[in-house]
Amino acid sequence: MNSVLTTLVDILSQPAILVAMIALIGLIAQRKNLSDTMKGTTKTFVGFLVIAAGAGILETSLIPFGTMFQEAFNVAGVVPNNEAIVALALNEYGSNTALIMFFGMIVNILIARFTRFKYIFLTGHHALYMACMLAVIMAVAGFSTVPQIAAGAIALGIIMTLSPAILQPFMRKLTGNDNVALGHFSAVGYAVSGLVGKAVGGKEPTSTEKINFPKGLGFLRDSTVSIALTMIVMYFVVAIAAGPTFIEAELSDGTNFLVFSLIQAGNFAAGVFVILAGVRLVLAEIVPAFKGISTKLVPNAKPALDVPIVFTYAPNAVLIGFFSSFAGGLFSMIFMALAGSTIILPGVVPHFFTGAAAGVFGNAMGGIRGAVAGSFVNGILISFLPVFLLPVLGELGFANTTFSDADFGVGGIFFGSLANFGGPIAIVISLIVILLLMAIPFKKKATA
Amino acid sequence: MKILAVCSSGLGTSFMVEMNINQVLGELGITGVEVNHSDLSSASPGDADVYFLAKDIAEGGAHLGEVIVLDNIIDMDELRDKVRKMAEEKNLI
Repeated sequence: MNSVLTTLVDILSQPAILVAMIALIGLIAQRKNLSDTMKGTTKTFVGFLVIAAGAGILETSLIPFGTMFQEAFNVAGVVPNNEAIVALALNEYGSNTALIMFFGMIVNILIARFTRFKYIFLTGHHALYMACMLAVIMAVAGFSTVPQIAAGAIALGIIMTLSPAILQPFMRKLTGNDNVALGHFSAVGYAVSGLVGKAVGGKEPTSTEKINFPKGLGFLRDSTVSIALTMIVMYFVVAIAAGPTFIEAELSDGTNFLVFSLIQAGNFAAGVFVILAGVRLVLAEIVPAFKGISTKLVPNAKPALDVPIVFTYAPNAVLIGFFSSFAGGLFSMIFMALAGSTIILPGVVPHFFTGAAAGVFGNAMGGIRGAVAGSFVNGILISFLPVFLLPVLGELGFANTTFSDADFGVGGIFFGSLANFGGPIAIVISLIVILLLMAIPFKKKATA
Repeated sequence: MKILAVCSSGLGTSFMVEMNINQVLGELGITGVEVNHSDLSSASPGDADVYFLAKDIAEGGAHLGEVIVLDNIIDMDELRDKVRKMAEEKNLI
């Protein structure tokens, strides 16, 4: 009897098996045929293991980077990258992440069904990453397993609904209708960019789309290329600052320090590439099931979709936003170096995606000036939020990488501070209060 | 017959387009078409017969072969038109 129980626990504590079972249940519930069910379940199972393999590659690249940075500047340097931190966190928090994501999606559907917030968050990878961060924070807060999953799932459901909601006034202005929402966990940054854009835009702002841009920066949209190139630059800068003597003696085993750095930078991009492949496999069955169920259960639901949906509204603002946000990141980095705090290095992926969207919203509210100023502020925001997020992540706060986008920072700091202030009780009370506030039915416009 | 929806990270947008293509194919009563999604780096010529891309990455994916560019990736009417046109060209309906 006991051995049956331990086997069961073994099965459920393996996230790959757990996620595969969730997919299996979803596929059976949708009455898929045997071949689709087998395919979906197996792919999900393998996908989770692919993510873990990618985490291994990333770690071989991040650990020497951290050591070099420490040697060169005597402070910790952190490159925020969602894929990297999630893959590392899943080693320990995989099962809880899977369960929080599963139940969090159900909470999202319930909130959309019964309150005035009709948003269904369909960006699966961001839901996965947020579930992972919440698993970590709830564990650090001191919940035991079951309440940890319950609190995490409710928090996830709330964030999945509120993130699109705070941005919807700006989405209406941008798209000219109220049918779709943006499902990307950097909504706070976009809303701030929109507000900044409105403030600096003046009476008749000139749109970014009136500028003629030189083409040829299209390669930056290919994330493997842009990650590899920026990581090579970062590694070289840090390697030169740390000096060949240290690197060749301590890290590279005699290999030339620049060759070593080049390979490690490539490894970082390779790791992210592998992790993304795994994430795709895992989400392939879960997201369509979620979409299918929610369209049946929630009339008038507004799908909250991934961030590139706003890029087509203002392609010039996308590029301006990226550069301006990156400039904001560099500015923040210099400020942190002078202040002697942990240094957040500007990661190209978050600055590209969130900077671009911040540019689009800044432009919609305040033209060129709005796009430049709004995304610059976004760049500062996504640099400083991780500084305050790191302490609430427990030992993962020392991983040389962390969650990058604004809503992760805001949500993580919010729940983490509550935990520091009053432990699990404070989190439970806050979740109940937020749910009650959301349930108030009167038709007040959601404010940003 | 294979269709591949492509976006820059291969996670959210291309996935949404894939689901929407499947929906349109269902509406048109077309079966036997395999739809997948991918990121721009991994997609290569030969992966599929037809590629669907959003306007912003059209340039980067021009080498793929038969590329259909979507001006507005959330516009179901546009997608419906373009899938129908493609299906007619391929003698699927």
